[in-house]
Amino acid sequence: MDFADSPAEAGFRRRLREWLRDNNPGLPASSTSDEYWAGQAGWHQALYDAGFFGLSWPAGVGGQELPSVYDVIVDEELSSAGAPPRPSVGYLVQGILRHGSDDVKRRFLPGIVNGRDRWCQGFSEPEAGSDLASLTTRAEPAGDEYVINGHKVWTSYSDAAQWCMLLARTDPGVPRHRGLSAFAVPMRQPGIEQRPLRMINGVTREFGEVRFDGARVPAANMIGRPGEGWAVAMTVVSHEREPGELGYVARYTKVVNDLAAAVRGDPARFGSEQIRELGWAMVEAEMLRLHVRRRLSERLDGISHGPEGSVDKLLMTAAEQAVGHAALAVGGAPHAGGDDTWLNVYLYSRAQSVMGGTSQIQRNLVASRLLGLPAS
Amino acid sequence: MDLRLSPEQQDLRDAAARIVGRLGPRSVRDLDDAERTAKLDAAVEAAGWRELRAAGEAGAPLASAVEAAIVAEQLGEGLADVSFLGPTLAAELRRLAGAPPGTSRETVALGPGLSALTRAAGRGAVAVDAQGSASALVLVPAAGGHSLAKVLLRSLAAATQQVDLTRPGMTVEPQAPVAVPGAGRVLGPGDIQSWTALGLALTCADLVGTMAGAIGLACDYARSRRQYGAAIGSFQAVQHMLADAFVAMEGSRSAALYATWAVDALPPAEALAAASVAKAYCSRAARAGCEAVIQVHGGIGNTWDCLAHVYLRRALLSIDVLGGVGPSLARVLEHNGIGGCHGLC
Repeated sequence: MDFADSPAEAGFRRRLREWLRDNNPGLPASSTSDEYWAGQAGWHQALYDAGFFGLSWPAGVGGQELPSVYDVIVDEELSSAGAPPRPSVGYLVQGILRHGSDDVKRRFLPGIVNGRDRWCQGFSEPEAGSDLASLTTRAEPAGDEYVINGHKVWTSYSDAAQWCMLLARTDPGVPRHRGLSAFAVPMRQPGIEQRPLRMINGVTREFGEVRFDGARVPAANMIGRPGEGWAVAMTVVSHEREPGELGYVARYTKVVNDLAAAVRGDPARFGSEQIRELGWAMVEAEMLRLHVRRRLSERLDGISHGPEGSVDKLLMTAAEQAVGHAALAVGGAPHAGGDDTWLNVYLYSRAQSVMGGTSQIQRNLVASRLLGLPAS
Repeated sequence: MDLRLSPEQQDLRDAAARIVGRLGPRSVRDLDDAERTAKLDAAVEAAGWRELRAAGEAGAPLASAVEAAIVAEQLGEGLADVSFLGPTLAAELRRLAGAPPGTSRETVALGPGLSALTRAAGRGAVAVDAQGSASALVLVPAAGGHSLAKVLLRSLAAATQQVDLTRPGMTVEPQAPVAVPGAGRVLGPGDIQSWTALGLALTCADLVGTMAGAIGLACDYARSRRQYGAAIGSFQAVQHMLADAFVAMEGSRSAALYATWAVDALPPAEALAAASVAKAYCSRAARAGCEAVIQVHGGIGNTWDCLAHVYLRRALLSIDVLGGVGPSLARVLEHNGIGGCHGLC
């Protein structure tokens, strides 16, 4: 049992640290402003081109086939350099890797991994949030294409995306989980209208809603077989629950470090309640860093993710929201106008207990899959 | 970076689980079975677990803190009513002071509130986890730090007046401490940090085990207890309480694992910081988790004969030993350059 870097890991860490000295784009703490989201593609491509992104994925799609623990090293170095976190596309990669045909993998994965192609995820609908399997967007065969009609919402990165991983109903005649299929749909076409949604922190470039009105997708763009859409979605959302896949540890640690610096700079300005919130944020962010290390290390045994993803999601949520509370306590709320950076970090943290499956759904999964409690 | 236990560490864990499973208490009534307790005590003695931190070659401990924590976790999970924490911390103090191992079982005396090693056997000092110990180690001021001394203990009071029913402690009678023979090394601040880190890491491991045992008890109960014609474990309100306890235990496990590794692998100040992160997290998680376990048991959980309170009581001692949430948060902040008490210590 050893937390220390191996010689190879230490060498990688050193190379990354040196690279970051000259290549930190200095974007604001993510999710607090549109500037971050506008610079995300460039940051993704720079990380990839320098050999610091997609480390654990297969070489055939642009990865380096390194153990997952290298992702932890990236997160730790990004946060200590004050750089933005790595882009969160791992869940799309995992979904296509597991379910896509060789042709689909070859055509789509390299562009996702190297950051040249931007993707969004079209799962949720106005009437299908937690109850995802009730979705009503249809994809109907027409020759060697499918025609899509429906309405997706809470679609992250829909404004910048060239591609959408779409979940749609292809067979209304079978029980609802079995009638779904997944597609790689080109976004830039006449039958698709995209509108950004404004989040509670004012950000407009993170997510939006997408209307499909006779949009077309080649049948060859189906991810998995007809009817395999639910399985694809479950693979994607289970990876979306894993902090190791998302790289959020870097974001939390960066915020905590910035808040600590603010307190050290003028300690007399802060009361004990504010300091305590900061202390808990330090503890939660560090716990999550260590938890991710433990989880990724378990993969050395070939233990892959399962219902434990729900545990990780809940721990990640607790960490993000503790960091959010510290941002509000230490950063302060601009009641008469002024810098609202920290207020926005706090407001953004409220989404973490909803996105990728609400905390209540995660608790249901922990109870049934890990604690063996009976179905309600 | 590889956080998997070695095959030897897995064997140690399995051996500890076997012994505690065979000889540990399975009911509150079992706590009064002196014959069983004596057998468990003899098994722990024979396994040599209380000497894991005694000095081996060149003054290094016989085993790493990771091994000691593996044992502590199993003892916590099985509510083992024999001493381990106290004698282990005493062995570590002797090792750091260059003293030979004790000739009979001994523990350590902590100051009132238990949040630090007592600097002298002043009023209110408590010998923790004192079962079977005739003496306790204390610190006395010396040039450049502290030297090691010991105080004598009376026989133990009845365990039912204690917080922890499984690891009784006792008040140290006012007396002049006697120097420990052969303890030639003066203990400096780094030694005390290192020793404190070990104590925090072991209490965290015990808390993780305690949480696991308590949650297991509550899940068994929730599957069998029926109300409104259904097992109460099928109700979301009950499920979410237990899910929260389980998730917090998993976070605790990750933080505690790093803290135990850090004891022997990082400089004392870093090890203490890692242990303080873990102790703050584990303390909050364990108290809330054990409280949830009592709640799931309903009225039965509030009776003496239900094991739920034995877990909570064990957690309360582990939390207080060398500091729970407040002192640990203060240490974490101090390590990050924000000194002071902030109402935490």
